[in-house]
Amino acid sequence: MRVMTKLMGAACALALTTGAAAAQDAEPGLIIDLGGKFDKSFNESAFNGAQRWVEETGGEYQETELANEAQREQTMRRMAERGANPIVVLGFANASTLDVVADDYPDTDFVIVDMVVDKPNVKSIVFSEHEGSYLVGMMAAMASETGTVSFIGGMDVPLISKFACGYAQGAKAVDPDTNVIVNMTGTTPTAWNDPVKGAELTRSQISQGSDVVFAAAGGTGIGVLQAAADEGILAIGVDSNQNYLHPGSILTSMVKRVDNAVYDSFTQAAAGELESGISVMGLDNEGVGFAMDENNADLVDADMQAAVEEAKAQIIAGEIEVHDYTSDLSCPAF
Amino acid sequence: MNDALPTWVDVILVPLINLLLALVLSGVVVALIGKDPFEALYILVNGSVGSAYGWGYTLFYATNFIFTGLGVAVAFHARLFNIGGEGQAALGGLGVALVLLNLPLPHWSVAILAATVGAALFGAAWAAIPAYLQAKRGSHIVITTIMFNFIASALMVFLLSRVLLVPGAGGSPETARFADAVHLPNAYDVLPWLGFSRSTPLNVSFFLAIAACVFVWALIWKSRLGYEIRAFGHSEQAAKYAGTSPTKIIMIAMLISGGLIGLMATNSVMGEAERLVIDPVQGAGFVGIAVALMGRSHPVGVFLAALLFGALYQGGGELTFEMNGMTREIILVIQALVILFTGALDNMVRAPLEAAFLSRRRRPAAPGPTSPKGADNDPVTGTQS
Repeated sequence: MRVMTKLMGAACALALTTGAAAAQDAEPGLIIDLGGKFDKSFNESAFNGAQRWVEETGGEYQETELANEAQREQTMRRMAERGANPIVVLGFANASTLDVVADDYPDTDFVIVDMVVDKPNVKSIVFSEHEGSYLVGMMAAMASETGTVSFIGGMDVPLISKFACGYAQGAKAVDPDTNVIVNMTGTTPTAWNDPVKGAELTRSQISQGSDVVFAAAGGTGIGVLQAAADEGILAIGVDSNQNYLHPGSILTSMVKRVDNAVYDSFTQAAAGELESGISVMGLDNEGVGFAMDENNADLVDADMQAAVEEAKAQIIAGEIEVHDYTSDLSCPAF
Repeated sequence: MNDALPTWVDVILVPLINLLLALVLSGVVVALIGKDPFEALYILVNGSVGSAYGWGYTLFYATNFIFTGLGVAVAFHARLFNIGGEGQAALGGLGVALVLLNLPLPHWSVAILAATVGAALFGAAWAAIPAYLQAKRGSHIVITTIMFNFIASALMVFLLSRVLLVPGAGGSPETARFADAVHLPNAYDVLPWLGFSRSTPLNVSFFLAIAACVFVWALIWKSRLGYEIRAFGHSEQAAKYAGTSPTKIIMIAMLISGGLIGLMATNSVMGEAERLVIDPVQGAGFVGIAVALMGRSHPVGVFLAALLFGALYQGGGELTFEMNGMTREIILVIQALVILFTGALDNMVRAPLEAAFLSRRRRPAAPGPTSPKGADNDPVTGTQS
């Protein structure tokens, strides 16, 4: 079966006379999820990973953007029927669709980010957001002078609670009396792209005493970071390194390397090394972490950095167990 | 409906001219971003109605829009502007999911009946509160129904991230898949020789949508209740004088409207997704308003308008897939232009046409009363203000 595919793939490549130099079967495909390609966050990170692969290898890939929920299955199948391989899909919402589609295209490899689908031709990449959030929670509690830190999420879905819960655990590990305020932006998908409301929530949290705010809310976070800079408190960015947005007022960013996930998948597939199964991107393999650069060097003193690095080592070694909200839908820290 | 124009002009020519204008303007937009408008049009048409594959999706989307369009149309006849379709359809989805997850239904034929009841009841219940507030308290239905959309989305997020999701499945905010026994046969199962693919989303609830069209036609034009609804829509005072209770008509019209919109879930939730996700409606509630406007609140018109919008949705999807640089925002612009021309700017074409037809009619038969162009008593354009 595998040989057959290779032969057919080779025939296709000859027929198209494109990409004949590389010994790859097909172009990889990337399906950008609802929310859009330029969300300064999750999707954009994936897109950047694909772009990096293009720049470094000169290869080509197929890309399409979902416009609505019903197109999910349709687009996945279209990609597969066009011969894209592997196909990378982004986000938890794809899981049960992929569960069905993967069976129908046994010779196509799929990669799903943020969710686990147990099929022989699916590679699942999940991130340990709770661990990264734990570290930035520690930093928040150490930087806070009021003893109150806050969190702004997009929608009240379990994935975002996973961020919030890790953050609260980290803050309380520094000082059990730390007060952690948690707010969600909204209940419709616009919650991921509502900077005005993000700024309002930030101001309301400031009035409740918060002086460090962590946003995990896509485009809404831009408003949170802006309001924090305007009001003179510290903020923590998410997904990409957002430290540069307001130098001197962004404590750090909880980076989630979706770009690496896409880049690695494309690279491994080109080399024929893409393996199915679950791949956890955590602190140990730089899948998540906190961002340090010249923009926040003055905000993070040596003690703080040493404490966080130590906690990071302990989490990797298994000495600190950070509770994952999605495992049982509850959080010990709030 | 309108004396100034022959029926065929009113029902066919005016919408066609509107559509043409929208497409011309869309072509200009496409040309402005540096793409070939004719190629785009070809992909749009071919992708939506050029193959069994395209038809499968076009009719699937159309099924959604028929339900929401009919629901909005019934409310229009009572001069109620129900813009709460998003919320009512979402609640319909909840009804379907609760029925299918909790009742041990042996076969899809039984399941679709149960799901229909669940969807209609939940959709109607969500419309009942705004209806009551309008009927008894005079709270404007436009305001209350749109506010209920937000309450519905908040409720759905709460239920799906706290109550209905599958524990241990990684926290994806959606219910479990429905049992295989209640899987609705799709077009491939029913009509395999027509070339539909195995995964086509078009399913037997399309027939339910056609049945709903017939039901609405019979209700509005062949039943006493329909007469009362229309009478109330034309003149509340006259209806009251004739012994119709406004409270009753507002309540019943909105319940039927919400119920029909809720039925959309039999297609999208039961037929396609086979589980309840956080936003199962995806704008179909709002498209329903455009469909009802374009379809002149008549089931046949709603059916045709729903087909058009289904084709636009599916063709638009193909366009983003096939043409580089055609982002989904451009597709949205094209769809919005069609809505703008067929709904909002309807009179721009209609008024000159009426004038043209009136003057042509006057010339050959000079004597005789010209039809009075009195108050526009069209239930569609005259929404309650």
